[in-house]
Amino acid sequence: MRLAVPRPGYAAVSRWFLAAALAGLLVADLHVTTLHPFADLARLLDGLVRPDFPSVEGWSVVYTVAFAVLGVGLGAGSGLLLAIPFARSRTVRLACAGLRAVHELFWALLLMQVFGLSATTGVLAIALPYAGICAKVYAEIIEEADLAALRVLPAGTGTVSAFLYARLPEVAGRLRDYTLYRLECGLRSSLVLGFIGLPTMGFYLESAFRQGRYAEAGALLLVFYGLIGTRRLWIRGWTVPLLLAAAPLALPPAIGNAAIGASLARFLGHDIVPTPLRGAALAEPETWARLWSWLRPILADQILPGTIQTLILAQIALAATALGALVLFPLTARRFAGPLGRPLGRVLLVVVRSTPEYMLAYCGLQLLGPSMLPAILALALHNAGIVAYLMGRHADALPYRADAPTGLNLYAYETVPRLYGQFLAYLLYRWELILRESAIFGILGVTTLGFYVDAAISELRLDVAVVLIAATALVTVAVDALSRGLRRSLRIDTLPTRLSGPQPVAG
Amino acid sequence: MPDGSRTAILLANASAAYGGRTVLSGIDLTVRRGERVALMGRSGAGKSTLIGLIQAQAPDTVALVPQAAALVRTLSVFHNVYMGRLDRRSTLHNLRNLVRPAKADITAVERILDRVGLADKLWAKAGELSGGQQQRVSVARALYNGRPILVGDEPVSALDRQQGARVLAEMAASHETLILALHDVALALAQTDRIVVLEAGRIVLDAPAQALDPERLRPFYEAA
Repeated sequence: MRLAVPRPGYAAVSRWFLAAALAGLLVADLHVTTLHPFADLARLLDGLVRPDFPSVEGWSVVYTVAFAVLGVGLGAGSGLLLAIPFARSRTVRLACAGLRAVHELFWALLLMQVFGLSATTGVLAIALPYAGICAKVYAEIIEEADLAALRVLPAGTGTVSAFLYARLPEVAGRLRDYTLYRLECGLRSSLVLGFIGLPTMGFYLESAFRQGRYAEAGALLLVFYGLIGTRRLWIRGWTVPLLLAAAPLALPPAIGNAAIGASLARFLGHDIVPTPLRGAALAEPETWARLWSWLRPILADQILPGTIQTLILAQIALAATALGALVLFPLTARRFAGPLGRPLGRVLLVVVRSTPEYMLAYCGLQLLGPSMLPAILALALHNAGIVAYLMGRHADALPYRADAPTGLNLYAYETVPRLYGQFLAYLLYRWELILRESAIFGILGVTTLGFYVDAAISELRLDVAVVLIAATALVTVAVDALSRGLRRSLRIDTLPTRLSGPQPVAG
Repeated sequence: MPDGSRTAILLANASAAYGGRTVLSGIDLTVRRGERVALMGRSGAGKSTLIGLIQAQAPDTVALVPQAAALVRTLSVFHNVYMGRLDRRSTLHNLRNLVRPAKADITAVERILDRVGLADKLWAKAGELSGGQQQRVSVARALYNGRPILVGDEPVSALDRQQGARVLAEMAASHETLILALHDVALALAQTDRIVVLEAGRIVLDAPAQALDPERLRPFYEAA
């Protein structure tokens, strides 16, 4: 009869997720294995306060921007083309789901086998998943647009004219906003690619962290925040063609691996073909028996434990994100933070959100040692920053009655209950993204799926790596489907979930 | 000068503007304790703005029924009504009540809901109620608030005349002073004792209800 949290559906879902996260905590490895985590943290913060700017490798900044501009340009361009048949073609939808279910770092690890540590690897690693994401989001934006003008066009108007006159002007603003947001993501992705060897800022950050040159790491970080913070100044209508034209000229020269055709053929025709099938007679039942005995240990010893660990990490991180967002969002809401506190809160959350979670996790692992704890902290910090920032904007858009209470009463009785559906929509949407990222953190040493992918690639067992990556993609797609189903049953599937959406409307 | 101890609301030459456009000007309004005042006038005449001024003048003695019911749709009717007294209970108690409502509070809220005919909806989600029911929850919140001056912006607009009269009677029973924006002339004449008519942001008529009849008020409603 009595209800803890608004609406039984909301309350039940919240309780399940919290209970699952608590259950996850019981089995998760949360040990701190380093001896002096706080001393290292203090040195890291000291590096941020006293950055050593002259030590920043200038070209790494240029490469970071060039990879991002070209990767996002290619991805968004193909995404726009794919968005047109997206609603009608199941094949296109599936292909896009496959593209975006594989994280850009996994794409990079695979592409490296063909293109080496080259610009092509960096650009394609961003372009491929971003094409899938952009196609889906562009298609949604086009679908949501007001079609009144389209209906009054004279019969017989060509598809292209109809699109250019009645659709594109409606959606151009939102497409531009979303693409700008994607470019911000692209800069983060580009930086993170450095951690696996590409010559972007992440490469120098990684070596600076590893060798304890914190003043250089701090300088690199501040330059990166500067890049993100000023993006609206240097990405404008007239600079986009310039950026796109200059980016190819600024790319780094390829390192090794000149015969791309041959290595691509070898990669597709040999390396990623499961070992038992290579050159075997496919009609023989014997071959398939051998394939099964090859696959079974991968399933049992790698995919299963890896998936469990990935799901556990994602679940705990999601619950931590939820709690973090509920605590942080008042910092950016006018009624709670006041006119002075709010700008500071916003700056804090923008900085947190601009920090790539992979890098946060890397720092955390340096400080705390290889366990789930740094991964949870990194995911929760980054995502709570994002969700809290968005919730703050929604909270400011709420129309409160003139005699509304204040402080904790307002928070508990008005703000949170009214935003709770929106809050769940954001969290369920971020669930899939947190899961993708959880899998990737395996590369850093947490035993999620990425751990096994990284091991398979370093043993040059690319066939195993591809199976593992496909499994990761399937888990991602499954969680995405579950999240969408939940959002639909809670009737919050029409609420905004994207970061680049229009200003929230009061509701 | 009116006797201070008997004055509930005192506005002297008050005005209000939105974005440079004057909405109210030269408003002189004194409401004594115990009065029942109906604010009338065409939509756009400035009634809601005046309600806002009145509420802002004495926030500590006013129980407000805002124009939009302003309920938290995801919370139960109980919680929405209980909100009327959040300021008079400790925050700890309020937080506890959110999770596990106290018996005494349930009984009190139930009694209030009974007066507006909604006792059976105690645990229903506010968002699932009809427009008229939501309006009655909003009234119940003000009744539960219990502050002596009840200020309402069209508090019975979604109810039929009979229901409206009953709800207005309940308001009169528990609040010393009533200041209500109303559009139903018959209801206003029957349930209040003073009629204030606004037109284009100014008070154009201020008279005891007994001295008025629907005929006299008609010009202020006919198309300008």
